[in-house]
Amino acid sequence: MKRPSVLVLLLGCLCLTRIAAAAPQTYFYPFVNPYEATVMELPEFFEVRLPEKVPTRHFTLRVFPEREIPEVFWYEDGLGCTLAYQDHEAPLVFLIAGTGSSHTSPRMVRLQKAFYQGGFHVISLTSPTHMDFVVNASTGLPGNSPDDARDLYRVMELAYRKVRGTIKVSYFALSGYSLGAFNAAFVARLDEEKKVFDFRRVLLMNPPVSLYDAVSSLDRLLVENIPGGTEKFDQWFRDVLAKLSWVTKDMGHMELSGDFLYNAYKRLQPSEENLAALIGLSFRMSSANMVFTADVMNGGGYIVPKNLRLTPSTSLTRYAIVSYGTRFVDYFDELLFPSCRQREPGLTRQALLERLSLRSLEPYLSSAGKIGLIHNEDDIILMPGEIDYLRGVFGKRARIFPTGGHMGNMLHPQVVSFALDFLTGKER
Amino acid sequence: MGYAAERMVFAAIAVSVFVLLCGCSTLPGQTGQFVPPLRTYEATVKAGRPHMLEVPDSFEGFNRGVYRFNYYFDEYFFLPVVRTYEFILPDYVEDRISSAVDNIGEFGNLTNNLLQLKFKAAGITLSRIVINSTVGVAGLWDPADSWGLRRRTEDFGQTLGRYGVGHGSYLMLPALGPSTIRDTVGLAVDTAAFSFAGPGAWVDSTAASAAYSATAAVDKRHRIPFRYRQSGSPFEYELLRMLYTMKRDYDIAD
Repeated sequence: MKRPSVLVLLLGCLCLTRIAAAAPQTYFYPFVNPYEATVMELPEFFEVRLPEKVPTRHFTLRVFPEREIPEVFWYEDGLGCTLAYQDHEAPLVFLIAGTGSSHTSPRMVRLQKAFYQGGFHVISLTSPTHMDFVVNASTGLPGNSPDDARDLYRVMELAYRKVRGTIKVSYFALSGYSLGAFNAAFVARLDEEKKVFDFRRVLLMNPPVSLYDAVSSLDRLLVENIPGGTEKFDQWFRDVLAKLSWVTKDMGHMELSGDFLYNAYKRLQPSEENLAALIGLSFRMSSANMVFTADVMNGGGYIVPKNLRLTPSTSLTRYAIVSYGTRFVDYFDELLFPSCRQREPGLTRQALLERLSLRSLEPYLSSAGKIGLIHNEDDIILMPGEIDYLRGVFGKRARIFPTGGHMGNMLHPQVVSFALDFLTGKER
Repeated sequence: MGYAAERMVFAAIAVSVFVLLCGCSTLPGQTGQFVPPLRTYEATVKAGRPHMLEVPDSFEGFNRGVYRFNYYFDEYFFLPVVRTYEFILPDYVEDRISSAVDNIGEFGNLTNNLLQLKFKAAGITLSRIVINSTVGVAGLWDPADSWGLRRRTEDFGQTLGRYGVGHGSYLMLPALGPSTIRDTVGLAVDTAAFSFAGPGAWVDSTAASAAYSATAAVDKRHRIPFRYRQSGSPFEYELLRMLYTMKRDYDIAD
């Protein structure tokens, strides 16, 4: 009786090892709730290991040297960029930040390290929706993707000109996350005409399909998840902050960054509504920064009166209140669309909406073998059906993970290794 | 004594320089006909219900000037000093310094807990001083904390708040950052008490007092991760003002 059982065991083991060898490594992600996945940082244990420090250099671009920066933005003196450099010849990837993020945001810094570790020179770029970009590098109103792509392309050319004497580049690649990925798709298409970089690989990480739909749903997260409605926002905010203050007593300080809020909030037992509202709030704050800055840079009339010269000591409180009360979709309908129509008299609202969507690039995206996609099935910025749409467009060039929310899994080892494999052309 | 007087003279000069520098609050200029914006404050805010961003700020023009000054002060002086400090000293030594500075600062916590009649917290603070000054080797370590005696921070601004004194107006202090009239008075009282009746008076050495003040200042900045203009928001001044005053309200309530 003993022998057969040993044999069975051995056979069983053999089968198991064979199955294990055949099946791809299973993807495990600790948060199944997409809001939690989006907000919470991946516990270090699950994250790819990143070097503590990589060789970097910060530099500033004066994109329009003639441009007079309004006094109210006295702290703006050029667009900052970061280069992470290899000491040997390597591909250079441009990395575009997501909505309202700068090249030094914690997520950008970590992605830069991940790409550096994968053998790339990396130039990190601030999002065209960040105030630094709007003040220093935008030609018009941010949010109009083809224009944003031209502005970004100009910045990339200047940035490369600034560093090319110091690094050896084998080829160019492009990537971005969230709105930065959306921007990257338009930049890639523009590059097909301009051919300055002739990107060999382009990787889109968690882009929205339709800009308008994505921002509307992010706005709804705030509006629909405050207990008692936005009328009760003050109460809700004070409540969240009171809890935060209690939690951060030990830390002895408070910070204005979203990451800090998230980290501190994580210690509490946040409800799904609160998580959703916080995601919405963080988005609303980024968009308010952009709307106000864009209005000032374009002569005013939307948030600030036309012909008013704001100085460094002018109170901005009332404009802040109006800006925080403005949804991105209001900005679209009341400022961006009218301004686009002024340039193109026949333009309809629907036509503009379609233009600001990956669907407008569909023929290009489905045929361009160099463009890949990383996304999550439960990403909160996608509408129902859009993940299947993306699967259809990108086919084998898409890697869709079942969970991870909006970029929660970005530094998961499997996500990073797919990204690096794709950018180096080693994808399976 | 001499040192405290010197500091006051220095403070008086600094204040007058700042008034000159920052006091010239300019009204927004107008370059053409006034055209009201599409979205207005009046249409956004319900009458009679102040918005949470609207914190009383009688010296806003001046405060914004100081905010701007602080940005440059940090950028070109304070942070380079802090970075040098962090470069020279190992993290371990920095933590010991923080701990020692905190221990000396317990004097203020003790008096203010007593003034607020928080006798339990005062008792804990006193125990912490005794334990940390002895077992913790002059406060270099904080064994009291690991024994469950948590630090109970209170300052005279909080004490005033406890007895019903409101913020007064928001006030941005040069180099020190966000404050209010009440908290500035509190800070002045705490500093005076420290210098004339507290640890400052127990040491009869100007050099030692100066070294302590400088170290405490650098240590404090070293521990605050806030950097001006890193929020990426044109409304950072407003956000900072709101968060500071709210935070102080919670500190007083608890």
